[in-house]
Amino acid sequence: MLEFLRNPWPWYVAGPLIGLTIPALLLVGNKSFGISSSLRHICAACLPANIPFFHYNWRKELWNLFFVAGILVGAVLATALLANPDPVVVHPNLAADLAQYGITDFSKLMPIQVVNWSSLFTLRGFLMIIVGGFLIGFGTRYAGGCTSGHAIMGLSTLQWPSLVATCCFMLAGILMANFVLPFLLAL
Amino acid sequence: MPIDILDPNVENSIEEEIRHQDTMCVNESEIEHRWYDNLKYMVIGLAFGVVFVKAEIISWFRIQEMFRFQSFHMYGVIGSAVVVGMLSVLLIRRFNIKTIEGETIVIASKTFNKGQIYGGLLFGFGWAITGACPGPLFAQIGNGASVVLVTLLSAIAGTWVYGYFREKLPH
Repeated sequence: MLEFLRNPWPWYVAGPLIGLTIPALLLVGNKSFGISSSLRHICAACLPANIPFFHYNWRKELWNLFFVAGILVGAVLATALLANPDPVVVHPNLAADLAQYGITDFSKLMPIQVVNWSSLFTLRGFLMIIVGGFLIGFGTRYAGGCTSGHAIMGLSTLQWPSLVATCCFMLAGILMANFVLPFLLAL
Repeated sequence: MPIDILDPNVENSIEEEIRHQDTMCVNESEIEHRWYDNLKYMVIGLAFGVVFVKAEIISWFRIQEMFRFQSFHMYGVIGSAVVVGMLSVLLIRRFNIKTIEGETIVIASKTFNKGQIYGGLLFGFGWAITGACPGPLFAQIGNGASVVLVTLLSAIAGTWVYGYFREKLPH
Protein backbone atom coordinates (compact mmCIF):
# COMPACT_ATOMS: atom_id res chain seq x y z
CA MET A 1 0.00 0.00 0.00
CA LEU A 2 2.71 2.46 1.00
CA GLU A 3 4.58 1.43 -2.12
CA PHE A 4 1.53 2.36 -4.19
CA LEU A 5 1.20 5.71 -2.43
CA ARG A 6 4.86 6.54 -2.95
CA ASN A 7 4.83 5.88 -6.68
CA PRO A 8 3.41 8.61 -8.93
CA TRP A 9 -0.39 8.34 -8.88
CA PRO A 10 -2.03 7.57 -12.23
CA TRP A 11 -4.40 10.06 -13.87
CA TYR A 12 -7.48 7.92 -13.21
CA VAL A 13 -6.86 8.26 -9.48
CA ALA A 14 -5.81 11.92 -9.43
CA GLY A 15 -8.40 13.29 -11.89
CA PRO A 16 -11.50 11.99 -10.08
CA LEU A 17 -10.08 13.14 -6.72
CA ILE A 18 -9.61 16.63 -8.14
CA GLY A 19 -13.12 16.50 -9.60
CA LEU A 20 -14.48 15.67 -6.14
CA THR A 21 -13.13 19.00 -4.87
CA ILE A 22 -16.09 20.63 -6.65
CA PRO A 23 -18.87 18.91 -4.67
CA ALA A 24 -16.74 19.03 -1.51
CA LEU A 25 -16.52 22.84 -1.63
CA LEU A 26 -20.16 23.22 -2.66
CA LEU A 27 -21.47 20.93 0.06
CA VAL A 28 -19.26 22.24 2.83
CA GLY A 29 -20.09 25.91 2.32
CA ASN A 30 -21.55 26.81 -1.06
CA LYS A 31 -18.14 27.70 -2.49
CA SER A 32 -17.34 27.54 -6.19
CA PHE A 33 -13.97 25.99 -6.91
CA GLY A 34 -11.34 28.45 -8.13
CA ILE A 35 -7.79 29.29 -7.21
CA SER A 36 -6.60 32.36 -9.13
CA SER A 37 -9.02 34.53 -7.13
CA SER A 38 -6.75 33.97 -4.14
CA LEU A 39 -4.23 36.27 -5.85
CA ARG A 40 -6.88 38.96 -6.13
CA HIS A 41 -7.84 38.55 -2.46
CA ILE A 42 -4.17 38.97 -1.51
CA CYS A 43 -4.08 42.24 -3.49
CA ALA A 44 -7.34 43.37 -1.88
CA ALA A 45 -6.05 42.55 1.59
CA CYS A 46 -2.51 43.92 1.25
CA LEU A 47 -2.44 46.67 -1.35
CA PRO A 48 -5.89 47.75 -2.54
CA ALA A 49 -4.66 51.35 -3.25
CA ASN A 50 -7.42 53.33 -4.97
CA ILE A 51 -8.33 50.55 -7.36
CA PRO A 52 -12.06 49.76 -7.29
CA PHE A 53 -11.33 46.21 -8.45
CA PHE A 54 -9.70 45.54 -5.09
CA HIS A 55 -12.31 47.24 -2.91
CA TYR A 56 -14.65 44.53 -1.76
CA ASN A 57 -15.08 42.56 1.40
CA TRP A 58 -12.15 40.18 0.98
CA ARG A 59 -12.70 38.81 4.47
CA LYS A 60 -15.76 37.08 3.09
CA GLU A 61 -13.47 35.24 0.68
CA LEU A 62 -10.97 34.26 3.37
CA TRP A 63 -11.94 30.64 2.80
CA ASN A 64 -10.09 30.81 -0.54
CA LEU A 65 -6.84 31.81 1.20
CA PHE A 66 -7.25 28.95 3.69
CA PHE A 67 -7.78 26.64 0.72
CA VAL A 68 -4.52 27.67 -0.98
CA ALA A 69 -2.65 27.53 2.33
CA GLY A 70 -3.93 23.95 2.57
CA ILE A 71 -2.50 23.22 -0.89
CA LEU A 72 0.91 24.41 0.27
CA VAL A 73 0.79 22.36 3.49
CA GLY A 74 -0.49 19.31 1.59
CA ALA A 75 2.44 19.60 -0.81
CA VAL A 76 4.88 19.80 2.13
CA LEU A 77 3.33 16.67 3.70
CA ALA A 78 3.28 14.69 0.45
CA THR A 79 6.91 15.63 -0.18
CA ALA A 80 8.00 14.77 3.36
CA LEU A 81 6.04 11.55 3.87
CA LEU A 82 5.25 10.08 0.46
CA ALA A 83 8.16 11.22 -1.70
CA ASN A 84 8.98 9.12 -4.72
CA PRO A 85 12.72 8.33 -4.43
CA ASP A 86 13.11 7.85 -8.19
CA PRO A 87 13.61 10.67 -10.69
CA VAL A 88 10.63 11.93 -12.73
CA VAL A 89 10.00 9.70 -15.74
CA VAL A 90 10.17 11.99 -18.75
CA HIS A 91 9.23 11.14 -22.33
CA PRO A 92 12.48 10.27 -24.20
CA ASN A 93 11.86 12.88 -26.90
CA LEU A 94 11.38 15.59 -24.29
CA ALA A 95 14.47 14.43 -22.37
CA ALA A 96 16.57 14.51 -25.54
CA ASP A 97 15.26 17.93 -26.45
CA LEU A 98 15.85 19.40 -22.98
CA ALA A 99 19.40 17.98 -22.90
CA GLN A 100 20.30 20.46 -25.67
CA TYR A 101 19.57 23.27 -23.22
CA GLY A 102 21.47 21.67 -20.35
CA ILE A 103 18.38 20.34 -18.58
CA THR A 104 19.40 16.83 -17.56
CA ASP A 105 18.40 16.68 -13.89
CA PHE A 106 15.00 15.03 -13.43
CA SER A 107 15.41 14.34 -9.72
CA LYS A 108 12.81 16.98 -8.77
CA LEU A 109 9.44 17.92 -10.22
CA MET A 110 10.92 21.23 -11.40
CA PRO A 111 13.89 21.64 -13.76
CA ILE A 112 16.22 22.78 -10.98
CA GLN A 113 19.00 23.68 -13.41
CA VAL A 114 16.82 26.51 -14.73
CA VAL A 115 14.51 27.32 -11.85
CA ASN A 116 16.75 28.19 -8.91
CA TRP A 117 17.74 31.27 -6.90
CA SER A 118 21.01 31.94 -8.72
CA SER A 119 19.41 31.74 -12.18
CA LEU A 120 16.97 34.44 -11.09
CA PHE A 121 19.56 37.04 -12.12
CA THR A 122 20.15 35.61 -15.59
CA LEU A 123 17.99 36.61 -18.55
CA ARG A 124 16.63 33.07 -18.90
CA GLY A 125 15.78 32.82 -15.22
CA PHE A 126 14.23 36.29 -15.20
CA LEU A 127 11.96 35.43 -18.13
CA MET A 128 10.98 32.02 -16.81
CA ILE A 129 10.45 32.93 -13.17
CA ILE A 130 9.41 36.58 -13.07
CA VAL A 131 7.84 37.23 -16.49
CA GLY A 132 6.19 33.79 -16.44
CA GLY A 133 4.68 34.49 -13.03
CA PHE A 134 3.47 37.91 -14.11
CA LEU A 135 1.69 36.39 -17.12
CA ILE A 136 -0.06 33.89 -14.83
CA GLY A 137 -1.37 36.60 -12.51
CA PHE A 138 -2.29 39.12 -15.19
CA GLY A 139 -3.73 36.57 -17.62
CA THR A 140 -5.85 34.61 -15.16
CA ARG A 141 -7.46 37.72 -13.75
CA TYR A 142 -8.05 39.17 -17.23
CA ALA A 143 -9.62 35.84 -18.24
CA GLY A 144 -11.59 35.70 -14.98
CA GLY A 145 -10.23 32.33 -13.92
CA CYS A 146 -7.57 29.71 -14.33
CA THR A 147 -7.45 26.00 -14.94
CA SER A 148 -9.49 25.34 -11.82
CA GLY A 149 -12.13 28.06 -12.17
CA HIS A 150 -12.57 27.82 -15.94
CA ALA A 151 -11.33 24.43 -17.15
CA ILE A 152 -12.59 22.33 -14.24
CA MET A 153 -15.38 24.25 -12.48
CA GLY A 154 -16.56 26.14 -15.59
CA LEU A 155 -16.67 23.12 -17.89
CA SER A 156 -18.28 20.96 -15.18
CA THR A 157 -21.12 23.46 -14.96
CA LEU A 158 -21.39 23.70 -18.77
CA GLN A 159 -20.48 27.38 -19.09
CA TRP A 160 -19.43 28.15 -22.63
CA PRO A 161 -17.31 31.22 -21.75
CA SER A 162 -15.15 28.81 -19.77
CA LEU A 163 -14.77 26.62 -22.84
CA VAL A 164 -13.55 29.65 -24.79
CA ALA A 165 -11.07 30.47 -22.01
CA THR A 166 -9.85 26.86 -21.77
CA CYS A 167 -9.26 26.68 -25.52
CA CYS A 168 -7.23 29.89 -25.32
CA PHE A 169 -5.16 28.53 -22.40
CA MET A 170 -4.37 25.40 -24.40
CA LEU A 171 -3.72 27.17 -27.70
CA ALA A 172 -1.29 29.65 -26.14
CA GLY A 173 0.40 26.91 -24.12
CA ILE A 174 0.93 24.77 -27.22
CA LEU A 175 2.36 27.73 -29.15
CA MET A 176 4.63 28.75 -26.28
CA ALA A 177 5.94 25.26 -25.44
CA ASN A 178 6.66 24.28 -29.04
CA PHE A 179 7.69 27.50 -30.78
CA VAL A 180 8.83 30.09 -28.23
CA LEU A 181 10.09 28.27 -25.15
CA PRO A 182 12.96 26.60 -27.09
CA PHE A 183 14.35 30.10 -27.73
CA LEU A 184 13.98 31.07 -24.08
CA LEU A 185 15.70 27.88 -22.93
CA ALA A 186 18.55 28.50 -25.38
CA LEU A 187 19.32 31.90 -23.80
CA MET B 1 -30.92 59.65 -11.22
CA PRO B 2 -27.57 59.64 -9.40
CA ILE B 3 -26.88 56.55 -7.35
CA ASP B 4 -27.12 57.22 -3.65
CA ILE B 5 -24.18 55.34 -2.22
CA LEU B 6 -25.36 56.01 1.29
CA ASP B 7 -28.32 53.76 0.71
CA PRO B 8 -27.14 50.45 2.19
CA ASN B 9 -28.95 48.40 -0.44
CA VAL B 10 -27.30 50.24 -3.31
CA GLU B 11 -23.95 49.96 -1.59
CA ASN B 12 -24.48 46.25 -1.19
CA SER B 13 -25.30 45.78 -4.82
CA ILE B 14 -22.20 47.74 -5.91
CA GLU B 15 -20.11 45.65 -3.56
CA GLU B 16 -21.75 42.53 -4.96
CA GLU B 17 -20.98 43.58 -8.50
CA ILE B 18 -17.33 44.33 -7.79
CA ARG B 19 -16.99 41.02 -6.01
CA HIS B 20 -18.41 39.14 -8.98
CA GLN B 21 -16.25 40.89 -11.59
CA ASP B 22 -14.08 38.38 -13.35
CA THR B 23 -14.14 35.89 -10.60
CA MET B 24 -15.75 32.51 -10.59
CA CYS B 25 -15.05 31.55 -7.04
CA VAL B 26 -17.37 33.88 -5.23
CA ASN B 27 -18.66 33.03 -1.83
CA GLU B 28 -22.37 32.36 -2.23
CA SER B 29 -22.96 31.50 1.38
CA GLU B 30 -25.11 33.97 3.28
CA ILE B 31 -24.18 32.62 6.67
CA GLU B 32 -21.71 34.60 8.79
CA HIS B 33 -18.77 32.53 9.90
CA ARG B 34 -15.90 32.88 12.33
CA TRP B 35 -12.38 32.66 10.93
CA TYR B 36 -11.76 29.15 12.23
CA ASP B 37 -14.72 27.84 10.24
CA ASN B 38 -12.40 28.32 7.28
CA LEU B 39 -10.17 25.50 8.52
CA LYS B 40 -12.55 23.12 6.70
CA TYR B 41 -11.33 24.58 3.42
CA MET B 42 -7.75 24.16 4.52
CA VAL B 43 -8.39 20.44 4.98
CA ILE B 44 -9.86 20.19 1.46
CA GLY B 45 -6.90 22.19 0.14
CA LEU B 46 -4.54 19.86 1.95
CA ALA B 47 -5.94 16.79 0.21
CA PHE B 48 -5.77 18.69 -3.05
CA GLY B 49 -2.09 19.58 -2.47
CA VAL B 50 -1.22 15.94 -1.81
CA VAL B 51 -2.84 14.90 -5.11
CA PHE B 52 -1.03 17.72 -6.93
CA VAL B 53 2.35 16.46 -5.79
CA LYS B 54 1.72 12.73 -6.00
CA ALA B 55 0.24 12.80 -9.50
CA GLU B 56 3.06 15.15 -10.59
CA ILE B 57 0.50 17.68 -11.83
CA ILE B 58 2.79 20.43 -10.53
CA SER B 59 5.73 19.13 -12.53
CA TRP B 60 7.13 21.41 -15.20
CA PHE B 61 8.03 18.26 -17.17
CA ARG B 62 4.44 16.97 -17.19
CA ILE B 63 3.17 20.32 -18.47
CA GLN B 64 5.76 20.33 -21.27
CA GLU B 65 4.69 16.78 -22.23
CA MET B 66 1.07 17.91 -22.30
CA PHE B 67 1.70 20.87 -24.60
CA ARG B 68 3.96 18.77 -26.84
CA PHE B 69 1.37 15.94 -26.99
CA GLN B 70 3.91 13.46 -25.60
CA SER B 71 1.80 12.17 -22.73
CA PHE B 72 -1.86 11.53 -22.02
CA HIS B 73 -1.41 12.03 -18.26
CA MET B 74 -2.52 15.67 -17.91
CA TYR B 75 -5.37 15.27 -20.41
CA GLY B 76 -6.53 12.27 -18.40
CA VAL B 77 -6.35 14.22 -15.14
CA ILE B 78 -8.23 17.28 -16.40
CA GLY B 79 -10.72 15.23 -18.45
CA SER B 80 -11.65 12.86 -15.63
CA ALA B 81 -11.82 15.75 -13.14
CA VAL B 82 -14.33 17.50 -15.42
CA VAL B 83 -16.41 14.31 -15.81
CA VAL B 84 -16.54 13.72 -12.05
CA GLY B 85 -17.28 17.41 -11.42
CA MET B 86 -20.03 17.41 -14.03
CA LEU B 87 -21.70 14.30 -12.58
CA SER B 88 -21.48 15.75 -9.05
CA VAL B 89 -23.09 19.03 -10.10
CA LEU B 90 -25.74 17.09 -12.00
CA LEU B 91 -26.60 15.03 -8.91
CA ILE B 92 -26.61 18.12 -6.67
CA ARG B 93 -29.04 19.87 -9.03
CA ARG B 94 -31.17 16.80 -9.76
CA PHE B 95 -31.76 15.96 -6.11
CA ASN B 96 -31.55 19.56 -4.90
CA ILE B 97 -28.89 18.60 -2.37
CA LYS B 98 -28.23 21.28 0.26
CA THR B 99 -24.97 22.28 1.95
CA ILE B 100 -24.15 20.76 5.35
CA GLU B 101 -25.60 23.96 6.84
CA GLY B 102 -28.84 23.53 4.90
CA GLU B 103 -28.32 26.27 2.30
CA THR B 104 -29.41 25.82 -1.30
CA ILE B 105 -26.38 25.46 -3.54
CA VAL B 106 -25.84 28.40 -5.89
CA ILE B 107 -23.42 28.40 -8.79
CA ALA B 108 -22.81 31.83 -10.34
CA SER B 109 -23.03 31.81 -14.12
CA LYS B 110 -20.27 33.31 -16.19
CA THR B 111 -20.87 35.95 -18.82
CA PHE B 112 -18.66 36.13 -21.86
CA ASN B 113 -16.26 38.99 -22.44
CA LYS B 114 -13.21 39.30 -24.67
CA GLY B 115 -11.00 39.11 -21.59
CA GLN B 116 -11.47 35.37 -21.65
CA ILE B 117 -9.68 35.35 -25.00
CA TYR B 118 -6.91 37.91 -24.37
CA GLY B 119 -6.37 36.93 -20.77
CA GLY B 120 -6.68 33.24 -21.61
CA LEU B 121 -3.91 33.52 -24.19
CA LEU B 122 -1.62 35.46 -21.82
CA PHE B 123 -2.17 32.93 -19.05
CA GLY B 124 -1.51 30.06 -21.49
CA PHE B 125 1.92 31.54 -22.26
CA GLY B 126 2.69 31.80 -18.55
CA TRP B 127 1.46 28.27 -17.90
CA ALA B 128 3.80 26.78 -20.50
CA ILE B 129 6.79 28.85 -19.32
CA THR B 130 6.48 28.17 -15.60
CA GLY B 131 4.78 24.78 -15.77
CA ALA B 132 2.25 26.09 -13.27
CA CYS B 133 -1.21 27.51 -12.95
CA PRO B 134 -2.02 29.44 -9.77
CA GLY B 135 -2.77 26.34 -7.66
CA PRO B 136 0.42 24.48 -8.52
CA LEU B 137 2.46 27.61 -7.66
CA PHE B 138 1.57 27.07 -4.01
CA ALA B 139 2.26 23.33 -4.29
CA GLN B 140 5.62 23.82 -6.05
CA ILE B 141 6.73 25.98 -3.12
CA GLY B 142 5.55 23.30 -0.69
CA ASN B 143 7.39 20.70 -2.76
CA GLY B 144 10.65 22.51 -2.04
CA ALA B 145 11.19 24.78 -5.03
CA SER B 146 11.55 27.88 -2.84
CA VAL B 147 12.36 30.20 -5.76
CA VAL B 148 8.77 29.72 -7.00
CA LEU B 149 7.90 32.12 -4.19
CA VAL B 150 9.23 34.79 -6.56
CA THR B 151 6.97 33.46 -9.34
CA LEU B 152 4.03 33.68 -6.94
CA LEU B 153 4.87 37.25 -5.91
CA SER B 154 5.19 38.14 -9.56
CA ALA B 155 1.77 36.58 -10.23
CA ILE B 156 0.30 38.68 -7.41
CA ALA B 157 1.95 41.73 -9.01
CA GLY B 158 0.42 40.72 -12.36
CA THR B 159 -3.03 40.55 -10.79
CA TRP B 160 -2.51 43.97 -9.22
CA VAL B 161 -1.37 45.52 -12.51
CA TYR B 162 -4.44 44.03 -14.20
CA GLY B 163 -6.63 45.66 -11.55
CA TYR B 164 -4.84 48.98 -12.11
CA PHE B 165 -5.34 48.99 -15.90
CA ARG B 166 -8.66 47.17 -15.89
CA GLU B 167 -10.78 50.09 -17.12
CA LYS B 168 -8.44 50.73 -20.06
CA LEU B 169 -8.24 47.13 -21.27
CA PRO B 170 -10.62 45.77 -23.92
CA HIS B 171 -13.22 43.43 -22.46
